[in-house]
Amino acid sequence: MSLDYNSAEMMTVTAARALENGMTCFVGIGLPSEAANLARLTHAPDVVLIYESGTLQTKPDVLPLSIGDGELAETALTTVSVPEMFRYWLQGGKIDVGFLGTAQIDRYCNLNTTLIGDYREPKVRLPGGGGAPEIATNAGEVFITLKHSKRAFVDRVDFVTTLGFGRDGKGRDGVPNIGKGPTRVITDLCVMKPDPETKELVVVSLHPGVTRDDVIEATGWEIRFADQLEATPEPSAKELDVLRELKARTARAHAGA
Amino acid sequence: MAEFLSLHDAVARYVQDGATVAMEGFTHLIPFAAGHEVVRQGRRDLTLIRMTPDLAYDQLIGAGCAKKVIFSWGGNPGVGSLHRLRDAVEKGWPHKVEILEHSHAAMACAFEAGAAGLPLAVLRGYVGSELPNVNDQIKFIDCPFTGERLAAVPSIRPDVSIVHAQKADRAGNVLVEGIVGVQKEAVLAAKKSIVTVEEIVDDLRSEADYHPNACIIPGWAISAIAVAEKGSLPSYAHGYYPRDNAFYKEWDAIARDRDTFTRWIEENVMTAGGNA
Repeated sequence: MSLDYNSAEMMTVTAARALENGMTCFVGIGLPSEAANLARLTHAPDVVLIYESGTLQTKPDVLPLSIGDGELAETALTTVSVPEMFRYWLQGGKIDVGFLGTAQIDRYCNLNTTLIGDYREPKVRLPGGGGAPEIATNAGEVFITLKHSKRAFVDRVDFVTTLGFGRDGKGRDGVPNIGKGPTRVITDLCVMKPDPETKELVVVSLHPGVTRDDVIEATGWEIRFADQLEATPEPSAKELDVLRELKARTARAHAGA
Repeated sequence: MAEFLSLHDAVARYVQDGATVAMEGFTHLIPFAAGHEVVRQGRRDLTLIRMTPDLAYDQLIGAGCAKKVIFSWGGNPGVGSLHRLRDAVEKGWPHKVEILEHSHAAMACAFEAGAAGLPLAVLRGYVGSELPNVNDQIKFIDCPFTGERLAAVPSIRPDVSIVHAQKADRAGNVLVEGIVGVQKEAVLAAKKSIVTVEEIVDDLRSEADYHPNACIIPGWAISAIAVAEKGSLPSYAHGYYPRDNAFYKEWDAIARDRDTFTRWIEENVMTAGGNA
């Protein structure tokens, strides 16, 4: 029996499934936070969620609007200072996976959250790096989730805020003490993984109802598909229920003044 | 020894035109009341340091107080852009503002190095990022022991740091709890510091919730304390009031338009009392 769900839900559920029970995850705000908490509320109750505001092992009942909402501190095991968070917990090698969003991404998984256009004369100024540059290099691996569009998936990012594999795919080669980097990108259309040799992103799985052409249309470079292209499993009724309840609770909490 | 001053007098004494000012508080305990006082007193040419400029610096930038902003993430959290920051950077309104941007890890380390009295912070950072191409304050050094290439940034040593906290006692000791950000580091890194608090209590050690590991900044390490009730709204003060998420969303429309913004500052800051 097929369930009724939309592409945003498909993306969140698929991103959530990437997290395994017991992993320590440094969580970015927005889509990554939604996915990480869905994982915690479904198949991965012991996933350890860490936010850059210093909240360690937090279990928010509603999704935070900001990275430092009171909810995160109230439901955390402990809250540490921001220097401690970045130095001991992230740089110290205690994080299995960094979960990030981005404004732009290229074929080598480089992320741009700095600006569109030229640095000195920006067309659009974006917020900047935040925690991402060091999350992406100091976490064991990196998951990325964002909505698929030509604006986001560009041939060449305007600025490398955060390293994927560099402009040539070799940005991590020979660098000591660096994480594996991005291991999967989850969108509302598909799942992509970097080619083990070239590090170029390859579509490994299409979501139900999505065609190759849909992905090609929404990607700003000639996207490659795996020889063994898989079909992403549909969300389960339980996953959809938990996600919808989480989002409804969150909307109620943030609507109140 | 911390001196108890009104917010007006603390800002008048310690925030001079042209000063380097850090107002910290990571989403939590953002010193909005102090920022508004700086706007009211018409300070100019400030170098404003803050990891996340947030609405507080959007207001100072739009009101023309800033010459330069040093930051690591300049958005309205969960909502979108800081329109006043963007208008200043992209269109030069009300004047061109210079920016110097870092990553969070680098700024956190730089505050810590400032507090530790060191000239620089060293971190395993900026690998493969293009930020070092546009920020000449990011350098790389070789570890003298292992040879590993590491990033180095200058420590942050503000002329004055301003933070907000839950409470101070009569001796000027300050309690900060919840998300503590880089507050302690910012105070200890600065030449002078102002701490605004929700309330004054007799003695923190006799408070029912006092805990031996509580984050306390001793009064003798602070220049001035000023009471500012609800002084971090629309951000929040853990144990006092929640974040006004609705206002963060409303700010998007207020800040998007220059006239609407100017009117908002006039009505809510300039003509408001000393504790807006």
